[in-house]
Amino acid sequence: MVALKKIGAQTRWFQNPPVILACATIVGEKEGMGPLGHTFDKIITDSHYHEKSWEKAEQRMLQEAMQMAVERAGLSLKDIDFMLAGDLLNQIISANYTARNLEVPFIGLYGACATLYESMALGAMLIDGGFAEYVLIGACSHYATAERQYRFPVEQGVQRPLYAQWTVTGAAGMVLARQGPGPVITHATIGKVVDLGQQDPMNMGAAMAPAAADTIMYHFVDTGRTTDYYDLVVTGDLGTYGKELAQRILINNGYDITSCFADCGVLIYAPEQDAHAGGSGCACSAVVTCGYLLQEIQKGHYRHVLGIGTGALLSPCSSLQGENIPGIAHAVVIEAG
Amino acid sequence: MTQPLEIRKKQYKKLVDEIKPRPPLVRNTVGAFIFGGLIALIGQFLLNFFQGQGLSVNDAGAATSSTLVFLAALFTGLGIYDEIAKYGGAGTIVPINGFANSMVSPAMEYRTEGFVLGVGARLFTIAGPVLVFGILSAWLVALLYHFFR
Repeated sequence: MVALKKIGAQTRWFQNPPVILACATIVGEKEGMGPLGHTFDKIITDSHYHEKSWEKAEQRMLQEAMQMAVERAGLSLKDIDFMLAGDLLNQIISANYTARNLEVPFIGLYGACATLYESMALGAMLIDGGFAEYVLIGACSHYATAERQYRFPVEQGVQRPLYAQWTVTGAAGMVLARQGPGPVITHATIGKVVDLGQQDPMNMGAAMAPAAADTIMYHFVDTGRTTDYYDLVVTGDLGTYGKELAQRILINNGYDITSCFADCGVLIYAPEQDAHAGGSGCACSAVVTCGYLLQEIQKGHYRHVLGIGTGALLSPCSSLQGENIPGIAHAVVIEAG
Repeated sequence: MTQPLEIRKKQYKKLVDEIKPRPPLVRNTVGAFIFGGLIALIGQFLLNFFQGQGLSVNDAGAATSSTLVFLAALFTGLGIYDEIAKYGGAGTIVPINGFANSMVSPAMEYRTEGFVLGVGARLFTIAGPVLVFGILSAWLVALLYHFFR
């Protein structure tokens, strides 16, 4: 027997679509100077955020963003049934220490840069399943902590290839609720891990594009919708070239979304900001979704949005051992409330 | 979507190579030439200066290297070196000051993990392999020289 709320192979629909009650975003200086700078709630100019290490700064950003989201929802932390969060650091320390400080029942998640969308999908399931009234979700990343974990020390002189992306410094928090005003989550399509043999740790877009295309196609097949149902199909952090790759794969399979396709990684920086192919990191899709996208939905510019969090499942250890870099992508349908 | 995975992998690799931007070889080469040349020029000035101060050729060479290493370390500390290397590329990475940069940058970064297990353990993360294989190949060449001269 097929599960009650399952449609097709990978999609779930929500009987009482959970509401996105409130959001909050904090970003670094570079993101604040970008084209979406005005959509963020707080811009920090000190990359250490008055802390002793970059890791502590990243954790503090996440905690503040999540607390700000709870305040904006008019709730207190006692009202939150579950906190779902994750980040890019080993053992998801930013999320763990935030959960320690917030003292809310916590489910730690790792979905690489797709973490916010993974949290949205799971949070919506918890609420529609009747297990929670309010779920607090969040994700964060920091350029300096990601660079030193995955690549080189920040001050080392290296020439980055043109297809490399820039890890977004920032954090976002979101409160999902069973009822209330705001945009709603109507469907979620959970992606499979897709590996088409990419091995270049500098080319994350190419590693993630097949997963993004796969999830988008399954979403259309499962729901029976056509591409013109959506005003906007937006991926997390494919970057300029990854976006092009995903678009090509989709066209080859008969899904032309060119007219409504965007990518958070492409939106967040201007070309002259020297970020090459665009933004990446958990915070990339998180701050653009919780900032710009939801603001546009609330203004009525978009009514039906398909958001796809994209993650490259890379570890410095596995790539040195010659393993491929697989990708994952989770899609969530956000509709104006 | 229905094709076997191996074929999809091959087709995808072709597509990736088609879309991937090529590195700006001419710009990178010119950048490396100019910045590498500038560093060499500064080195020559220093060498002449030290010799003018009465140092022997060998001593002046050592003093020149030390000064270049010091400057690279200073510029790394000030956060300028990576900005220069962005344009200079190989011209700033290959000379001795690139080596200094590759030691100072992890030293700065791992200070947060303490002096012994942070700075001490991580100081040679990038320079280490260069030293290991440099010393190993010198040793092998010396061995060959010893037996076959």
